[in-house]
Amino acid sequence: MSKGFTLFYFLFISFFSFAQTCDLSISGQVIDLHDNTSLQGAVISIEGTNTVAYTDDNGRYELTELCRGELTIKVTHPFCESESKTIILKEDTELDFKLEHHLEELNEVLLKGKLYQEELNSSITQQLKVEDLETFSNASIGDALKTLGGVSSLNTGNSIVKPIINGLHSSRVLIINDNVRLHDQQWGEDHAPNVDINSAANITVIKGASALKYGGDAIGGTIVIEPQKAPLKDTLMGKTILTGATNGRGGTIATSLIKANLNGFNYRIQGSLKRLGDFEAPDYILSNTGQRENNISLGIGLNKIDYGIDFSYKLTDTEVGILRASHIGNITDLVLSINRQEPFRIDDFTYSLTSPKQEVTHQIFKLNAFKKLENIGEATLQYSFQNNDRKEFDVRRGELRNQAAMDMNLKTHTLLAQLEWTALDNFDSEFGVELNAQTNFPNPETGVRRLIPDYDMYSLGAFATTEYTLDRKWILDAGIRYDFSSIDAEKFYFESRWEQLNYDELFPQFETGRIENGQIFTTPSFDFHNVSATLGATHTFNNSWQLTTNFSTASRAPNPSELFSDGLHHSLARIELGELQIDSEQSFKIGAELSGSINNFGFNIQPYYNYVNDFIILEPSGTDTTIRGAFPVWQYRQSDSRLFGIDASLSYAYENFDLVSNLAYVNGQDLEQDLPIINMPPFNISNTLTYKKNEWNNFFLSLNSQLITEQNRFPDNNFEVRIINRTTGDFEDELLDISTPPPAYHLLNLKSGMIFQWGEKKLSVNILVNNIFNTSYRSYLNALRFYADEVGTNAMLQLKLNY
Amino acid sequence: MKTIKLLSLSLVATLLFSACSDDDDVVEVINEEEEITTMNVYLTPEGGQEFEAFSLTNLDGGVTDPVVTTSTLDANTSYTGRMEFLNENEEPVEDITEEVIEEDEEHQVFFIIGSGLDVSTEYLDSDANGNPLGVEFSLETGETSIGNLTFALIHEGDKEAGSDGILDESVGGETDIQYTFDVTVE
Repeated sequence: MSKGFTLFYFLFISFFSFAQTCDLSISGQVIDLHDNTSLQGAVISIEGTNTVAYTDDNGRYELTELCRGELTIKVTHPFCESESKTIILKEDTELDFKLEHHLEELNEVLLKGKLYQEELNSSITQQLKVEDLETFSNASIGDALKTLGGVSSLNTGNSIVKPIINGLHSSRVLIINDNVRLHDQQWGEDHAPNVDINSAANITVIKGASALKYGGDAIGGTIVIEPQKAPLKDTLMGKTILTGATNGRGGTIATSLIKANLNGFNYRIQGSLKRLGDFEAPDYILSNTGQRENNISLGIGLNKIDYGIDFSYKLTDTEVGILRASHIGNITDLVLSINRQEPFRIDDFTYSLTSPKQEVTHQIFKLNAFKKLENIGEATLQYSFQNNDRKEFDVRRGELRNQAAMDMNLKTHTLLAQLEWTALDNFDSEFGVELNAQTNFPNPETGVRRLIPDYDMYSLGAFATTEYTLDRKWILDAGIRYDFSSIDAEKFYFESRWEQLNYDELFPQFETGRIENGQIFTTPSFDFHNVSATLGATHTFNNSWQLTTNFSTASRAPNPSELFSDGLHHSLARIELGELQIDSEQSFKIGAELSGSINNFGFNIQPYYNYVNDFIILEPSGTDTTIRGAFPVWQYRQSDSRLFGIDASLSYAYENFDLVSNLAYVNGQDLEQDLPIINMPPFNISNTLTYKKNEWNNFFLSLNSQLITEQNRFPDNNFEVRIINRTTGDFEDELLDISTPPPAYHLLNLKSGMIFQWGEKKLSVNILVNNIFNTSYRSYLNALRFYADEVGTNAMLQLKLNY
Repeated sequence: MKTIKLLSLSLVATLLFSACSDDDDVVEVINEEEEITTMNVYLTPEGGQEFEAFSLTNLDGGVTDPVVTTSTLDANTSYTGRMEFLNENEEPVEDITEEVIEEDEEHQVFFIIGSGLDVSTEYLDSDANGNPLGVEFSLETGETSIGNLTFALIHEGDKEAGSDGILDESVGGETDIQYTFDVTVE
C-alpha cells in the first residue's frame, strides 16, 4: 500500500469521525494467559479503522475518541496468538485480554524454562541449557555444572561428583529436581545427587539463598533442574543420544519420548542406561572404578493453560565402584599409600564391580496440580514422596562379604501449597507452605554400628516473596521464610563415648536406661527454628547493562550427620564424631552481578561476601587407639566464618570465532581460629575458543583450556604419628601430610560436531576429547587424591538423533 | 471456599504425618559382627604348658584405651605359638580365627621384631597356594633382651610378595590388626 493511500485513508477516517459523537474510550490490560504476567507492546487496533494503541509496561492500553456502535477489536503481540473481540460500544468500557503464546513460542518457553527465570528476581544465577547438558550424557550433573563459573565439584573418585557453589556443598546446596527438593542423604560428602543428567532440559544455579520458595537453608545455593516439558500441540517428539567412551570402555544410551496433544493431554517417557568399566589414569588402571546406571522417568499430565494436573515417577538406580586401593585399615596403610604415589591394587581392566562400592536407588513420585484464579493469580498444590535406598559395601570377610556395611532407607513425604498472587499492579508475589515428614531406617542386619541413627523428622516451612516493578529501570524484590523442624532420633552410643563426650551430664533426659553390651540406648530429640530472608534490586542502565544486587540471610539446622555420626571413615582413616550440642548456622550473603556488552565484547561479573555465623566444620580433635592402631578423631564444631570471592565471565566474538573465559576465586576463613577453611576450590580459569561455520552442517570446533591453580590457603591438619617401621620393627615418628593440596594443573579439551537434517529428523554427531595430552594430575577436591591420579584422556563419540 | 481448602489441606497433612510414624518398632542394638575386639597370642614352650603370652582387647572401637597384657619370655627357648582373634561383643563370643583360616589366601599374620629383641619366628602353616598364613608359628628366643614385637594381620595383601614374612610396601593390603608389645626375654 502506498503512503499516499494511507494518508488519504487516515484523513478520510478523521473526517468521518467528526461527523458523529466520538468521545468514548476502551481501556484495559493485556495479560499473558500462561503466567498471568502483563504483556508489554501488544498492539490493540479497531478493525477497519486506523485507531491503534500499544500496551505500556504494565500491559495497560487505552483507545480514545471512539464512536458508538459495533466494532471489532484486534489484539496482536509478536509472541502471541492474535485475538479479536466484537462489542457494541455504548459507553466507556474496560476490556481485558488474555493472550496465549504462539505455539512455537510457548513451547520454547516451556522447554527452556524461561518463565522460570523471571521468577528468580534479583538472584545471582547461571544456567545450563539442554545443548550443554547433552554433551555430558555419559557423565554426571556435577561434571556439567562444573563448567559454570563459581561452581566446582567435590569428588570421591571420578564418578561420585558433588557440586560446590561458591565454596559450599552438601547440605548447604539444595537440589530441586522437577520442583521436588531432593532428600537423598545429601549430607554425605561421598553421596552424589541422585539425578539422571539425561532427564534434565535446563539447570539453573542460584548462588546464595535468594530462592526462598525452595528452602531457607541454601547457605551455598540452589540448583534447579527442570525436565523437558510437553508442548501444547499434537506432536510426538523423540530424542536418542548414544555415547561411547574410550576411558571406561563403555557408554551411555539415553532416550526420551514425549507425546503431546493440543488439548493439553500428554505423556512422557525417558530413560538411560550407562555401563562403564574401570577408568584409566595416564599410568595405570584405576581398579574397581566402573559404574552402572539405570534410570527411568515417566510422566502423564493434562495442561489446560489455566489449570492442569501432572503425575510423574522417577527412578535412578546406580552402582558405583570405589577405587579398591582407597580402602585402608589404619594410619600405617595411609602413610604407605601417600608415600607409594600410585595405588597398591592395580588389576587388569574389568567391567565387574567389587567392594568397596555403593548401590543407590532413588525414587520420586510426584503429583502436581495448578489452577489459575481470575484476578488473583495461580494456586499450586503438590505432593511428593521420595524413597532413597543406599547400600555401601566395604571390604569384609566371611559370610558378611556380600552384606552391605551401610544400608539405609530414607523416606520423605512433602506437601507443598503455593499461591502466586498478581492482582496488585506492579507486584508479583508468592506465598507458600511446605510440610515434610521424613523417616530414616538403618538396617541392623549390616552387622556394623549405624553411622546415622533411626530418626523421624517433621518440618514446616512458610514463605512470602514479592517482586515490585518500580519502572522500566528498577525492579525490587523481597522475601521471608520461616522453617520449623523437629528431629527425634534413637541411637546407641558406646557408654564410654557417651560419658567421654560428657553427654551423661548434658543430656540425661535422652537416656532411656536401656543398656546392651556396653551400648546405651538414647533418644536425642531437638527442635530448630530457622528464619531466612532476601532483599534485592535489579537496575537496567540506558545502555542495557544490568546491575543486580542481592542480600540474603539463610539459616540451616544441623543435619543428622553433624549431630550423630559416629564411626570410622575408611578411605580417610579417621573417626568422625557428630556433636549433639550443635545448633543452626546462619549466613549473611551479599552478592552483586554486573552484566553487559560493548560491541562484540560481553562480560558478567559476580562478586560476593558471605558471613556465616556458627559455621559447622569438621576438624581434628584427638586420637583414638583401636585394635588396628591409632586413628585421628574428627569432630564437628561451630565457628564464625566468612567467604568472599568473585566469579567472572568474559566473551568476545569475531566473525566465525568466539572466545569465552570463565574464572572463579573464593577465599574462606574460619574467623575464630583465624584459619583457612578446608576444601575451598582453588582459583581457576577456563578459556574456550570456538569456530562455527553454519554453512557446513552447523560445524563447530571448540578448544577448551582449563587451569586449576594450587590452593595455597588450607588449614594445617597434618599430624605426627608414631608408627612401627615394618622392616626394622622399631617405632618412628612420621608426619602425616593430609593437608597440602596437590600442585596446579592444566588440561586441554576438545569438542567438535556437525548436524545433519532431513525433514523432521536431525542427527548430531559430536566428538569430545577430554584431557587431550593425557596429563597426570590430582585434584585438591577429590577425597581419593591420596591414592591415585585422576583419569587420563577420554575420547567420546556421541550420536544424537531428534525425531 | 478458602476454609474448606485449608481444612482439607490440614486433613491431608494429618493423614500424611500419622501414616509414617512407626515408633512401635524397637531399635535393635548392633554388635559389630566381623570386628576383632581381641587378639590373644598363646605360646607353648617345648615340653611345657600353653599360656597366654600377649593379649590385646578393645571393646568400644577405641574410645577407651585397649587393655594389654604381656608376659616375660624365657631366654634360649623354643615356643610353638598360635594366634586367636575374637569378637567379644558378640553373644556367644565369635571366634574370628576360624574365618581367617577359612580365607587363608586373603590373610597373613606378620611378626615384626624390633632391633634389640633377640627373637625369631617361623611360619608353621600355609594356605592352599603354599604361602604362609601365620595363625600357627614357632618362636625362638635367644639371649636376654628387650624390644618391640609387632603382630599384624593383613587382609587382601599380595601374598606372594609377603611369602618371605617381610611386611614391606609390596605387600600392600589393609591392616585388620596391628599392635606392638614391649617384650622382655630373660
